[in-house]
Amino acid sequence: MQTLLILAGTTGGVAVIVFLTQLITQLQAQIVDRVLGTQPHVVIRPLEEANRRAFDDPASAVVIEPRAQRLRSVDQWENVARLAAAMPGVTAVSPTVTGPAFAVRGQANKSVALMGIDAERYRRIVRMEEYMVAGRFAVDGTRAVIGSELAKDLGIRLEDKLRVALPNGRDELLQVGGIFDIGNKDLNRRWVFVTLPLGQSLLDLPGGVSNLDLTVADIFDAQAIATRLQGATGLTVDSWMQTNAQLLAALRNQTVSNNLIRSFVIVIVALGIASVLVVSVVQKQKEIGILRAMGASRAMILQVFLIQGALVGAVGSILGSLLAFGLLNMFSAIYRNADGSPLFAAELEPRFIVLAALVATGVGLASALIPARRAAKMDPVQAIRS
Amino acid sequence: MSDAVIELAGLTKAYNVGTPVEAEVLHGIDLSLAQGEFAALIGPSGSGKSTLLNIIGLLERPTGGRLSIGGRDTAALSEAEITALRGRSIGFVFQFHHLLPAFSALENVMMPTIIARGAPDDEAEATALQLLDAVGLKAHAHKKPAELSGGQQQRVAIARALALRPRLILADEPTGNLDTHTADDIFALLREFNRQTACACLIVTHDPRLAARCDRTIQLVDGRIAADG
Repeated sequence: MQTLLILAGTTGGVAVIVFLTQLITQLQAQIVDRVLGTQPHVVIRPLEEANRRAFDDPASAVVIEPRAQRLRSVDQWENVARLAAAMPGVTAVSPTVTGPAFAVRGQANKSVALMGIDAERYRRIVRMEEYMVAGRFAVDGTRAVIGSELAKDLGIRLEDKLRVALPNGRDELLQVGGIFDIGNKDLNRRWVFVTLPLGQSLLDLPGGVSNLDLTVADIFDAQAIATRLQGATGLTVDSWMQTNAQLLAALRNQTVSNNLIRSFVIVIVALGIASVLVVSVVQKQKEIGILRAMGASRAMILQVFLIQGALVGAVGSILGSLLAFGLLNMFSAIYRNADGSPLFAAELEPRFIVLAALVATGVGLASALIPARRAAKMDPVQAIRS
Repeated sequence: MSDAVIELAGLTKAYNVGTPVEAEVLHGIDLSLAQGEFAALIGPSGSGKSTLLNIIGLLERPTGGRLSIGGRDTAALSEAEITALRGRSIGFVFQFHHLLPAFSALENVMMPTIIARGAPDDEAEATALQLLDAVGLKAHAHKKPAELSGGQQQRVAIARALALRPRLILADEPTGNLDTHTADDIFALLREFNRQTACACLIVTHDPRLAARCDRTIQLVDGRIAADG
């Protein structure tokens, strides 16, 4: 009876831990994936321009005005790109030239961000082909790719013409070869992709790029790689972890509170197992004495109770994993994204089950330790007489 | 005395040693039991019978004196060796059968073998069945102790005590809570095994009728042997 109760407790505890871990891991991975779906892991930019004092006279009172930042190229970007590509952990490098422009069609005009890119290379930074709603993600000559919101605002369909005008007076007639929906209305309205050479000439940066976008193998290495690149190039290097510091802090806080909950659950389950076994040792006093009289050693008695604890943990972890799987299925059926797709997948990674089984068995063993030692120390004569 | 199963020389036992309430309950016991001997240990309550039996059964350690089992001095043995010796050479029959309630009669009889060998095997089961047959309970082999009568439970306990063919059977009032008829049966059973296997038996009893049927009667009074013969 007690064993059933504590098994239920252990099952519940394991279920909570497995469920929470799976849920939070999945949701965090999704959030990170969504954030990084539309931005590079690391961006290399030219250093910001700053005014310097010509004479360094400490006695003089000088106000240094911040300078407006011109659009400039990354100095010797081909070399920087090679250096970045050779850095361990970096899986892709894509040069981009980007600047402000107006998209004009008839009487309507919209402010956009002109992005001169190499489509092949840019695809490895942002998986644009996954977001295409019409046409393909390819730029060539004056063929361009625009977002779905811009297309709607200007009434543009595939193969329609679109004029871009730049503040410097240049303009160009583009043909829309692809329309994307990246899941962010603002970006769908602003991004206009053209070829790198076209972007360079329109933005007055012949042969130059305004930034290098990088993809790294392990997204949480991004900051370390950015720091190393900054040291190696002397340029401004930002990782997504800096750009999204708040998100990262939120994710970390979530992980911390999750760990806290898990620790408490583990402690509670351990106390439960231990208290049941303590009672069981007292109840089984007589049997322990009989076994000892029949030649069972202290070590054997110790083993019996340790095994009991471990078994409760092990069986509890199996039942708990099943329960967690059930919960995941239920919740994934109830909670859905705005587009109706499930918020998270109802799957349980085997490593969580293995981990839960190991932890639960270990906790079972550990909590059985005190009762088991008590049982082993019991005087057989006392035990039999009582 | 090469055939002495147990030998006690000047054996003493005191409780709470070194405290103001120190109490010596056995004051120098000299006793030996030969192979195949069937002896009764009698004496009033509080005379130290149970303590003596526990010490001989290696459940308690003496405070002073010497205790040899099968010629081995037990004082030098470690806890683990004592446990192994107890399991191998001594069979207990308690006043209250002390069967394990969760196991069947057969499993209870197999238990000493399982403990000694670490796992149940066919031979252990065959021996146990044979023993249950010998105590007339073969048909009840798969019943739990709670489904058996008091006499039947005690028979199972005797079968269990014999499982490893011990050299010594220690019985603490084995018929204490049985009616006279059943008590006679149990006693006869012990006697029969004693003859068959030549194991030494030491039986604590209050019943002078039973004591009279033993080969030898050892009388304990106030922690000393008052009569022996």
